[in-house]
Amino acid sequence: MPLRILVCIKQVPDPEQFDRITLDPVTGAINRAGISPVTNPIDRHALEEALRIREALGGSVTVLTMGPPQARKCLEDALAMGADRGVLLCDMAFAGADTLATAAVLAAGIRSAGDFDLVLCGNESVDGATGQVPGQLAEAMGWPRVTHARKIGFAAGGKAALVEREIEGGFLRVEVRLPAVIAVVKRINLYRLPTIFGILEAGKKEIVEVGCAACECAGVRAEAMGLGGSPTRVAGIFQSHRKRHVEMIGGEPKEAARNLVRKLRELDALPEHD
Amino acid sequence: MKEILIWAEQRDGRPMGVAFEILQKACDLAGLLGGRASAVVIGQDCRESAAELIAHGAGRVFVVEEPRLGLYQADACTKILCRLIGEIRPGIVLMGGTSVGADLAPAVAARLGTGLTAHCTDLHIEAIDGRDQLVMVVPGWRGNMMVKIVCPEKRPVMATIRPGVMERGRPEPSRKGEVVAVSPGIGEEDFRARTLERVLESEESALEQAEIIVSGGFGFYEAGGVSLLEELARAIGGVTAGSRPACDAGWIPESRMIGQSGKTASPGLFISIGASGAPHYTTGFAKSKLIVAIDRNPKAPVFDIADFGIAGDLREILPALVEELNRGK
Repeated sequence: MPLRILVCIKQVPDPEQFDRITLDPVTGAINRAGISPVTNPIDRHALEEALRIREALGGSVTVLTMGPPQARKCLEDALAMGADRGVLLCDMAFAGADTLATAAVLAAGIRSAGDFDLVLCGNESVDGATGQVPGQLAEAMGWPRVTHARKIGFAAGGKAALVEREIEGGFLRVEVRLPAVIAVVKRINLYRLPTIFGILEAGKKEIVEVGCAACECAGVRAEAMGLGGSPTRVAGIFQSHRKRHVEMIGGEPKEAARNLVRKLRELDALPEHD
Repeated sequence: MKEILIWAEQRDGRPMGVAFEILQKACDLAGLLGGRASAVVIGQDCRESAAELIAHGAGRVFVVEEPRLGLYQADACTKILCRLIGEIRPGIVLMGGTSVGADLAPAVAARLGTGLTAHCTDLHIEAIDGRDQLVMVVPGWRGNMMVKIVCPEKRPVMATIRPGVMERGRPEPSRKGEVVAVSPGIGEEDFRARTLERVLESEESALEQAEIIVSGGFGFYEAGGVSLLEELARAIGGVTAGSRPACDAGWIPESRMIGQSGKTASPGLFISIGASGAPHYTTGFAKSKLIVAIDRNPKAPVFDIADFGIAGDLREILPALVEELNRGK
């Protein structure tokens, strides 16, 4: 029972360089100039899972992203890893979207790209880190969802997936009818790197561009997209002020340890002696 | 009357800790806005939870009892919450940002077509664009920035709150509240995703409840490794945790990771050892009452957020600390 799988990926600023993000003191705008874009790390695990499912059961893997024209790079990387084709949702009308408006456009893009049995996502992006899009995408598709997936298998002749879904201190075993949206966590697999052959092959694969008009045809009103379709707004950004007044305790290690423990006892921060 | 509704996630017939934290916040906001705080509990048997929530300040507790809802059922809970919110029309809905809350809240918000803000670390009322609004503060870019989010038009305003960042109130058994039984109104079609069983693999990581946390960064390993960290935790009566590099290296289990992509904890005492203090780490414990930082590098940024600091060779400081703590025991 081959499965038609679609994987949602996102281009994000390189998380290793987040400490270089600054705030313009005058305009209050975020400055991330010079920070290179990468594919959201967990999304690579989602793609890897899709490729493994295709290897085991047959079928196809489509990758989709919403973003500016340069987000095409993520799709090319995914094609080099082994995905069959790419879909780029790109339009000024999509800009400024919160998770609800993002999910609406992703759903329209998925519908316009064909019929799918399974949509895989990374559980959250490293920049926004809300983890809200997979569940909201499932709602926009009218499909069931399983998030925090660390293991995926199949049952009922490919009509259902069996998922181990992480919770604090363990996991839930969930059976979900397909089509469904499943969001994965990093530990689900180790992802492959593109091979030279994969990179060469990628050049022959198709990337379809989908804009606002095609999304409207797929059932999303223009008012539901982008900033206008977003119920939430950013009201301000500020640098976190977490400074405290540190009292450095000097001296020989034994002396420093004794002084620290004394200070903590004075502040009643240590449990009572028995 | 403005109602502020919290979803009190229940496990084994008891609310999870974060439910009391967000309930206290709901009570504070209700006091400011002139409304009341209510809670909804979904499960097999919710009587004890309802009583506890009332003691913690809930004016009304909506109880949805159903034998098939002993374990979290994503579809069914989404439907129940959406219907309840549609009926009682709260202005604000707060949910704990547990792994289950992080699954349920987005779907509920999407189905209601309203705004949701994830993993808030602070909620307050502030005049924005000339009117008082609920401002939801979230760490952005791994805690390098703080972002204020508002939801100007759509109602209810929804937010998930990271466990461990808000303070729970004291229970007052004398408090009175109303328990409202709500029929679940679900059928087989509401189990497209069906949770079959729950498997517990380890002791519930008690980081959020711990009074003392001893946390290691990448640098603690060269100082004697995990055993020394554990020894210190034992001597001081705390639990161990670690930064992302310490977890990535496999020294500390991921369930005990502190920081933006791990847990947030605000214990009475947090001791950070051998971690330089990148913002995505320190955001996970910045609200602790007392912070002690120990690191080799006297210029490490971790000292900027600490109350007490010791800079020096961990291989000497840690054993001295253990010895000092054990003295007189």
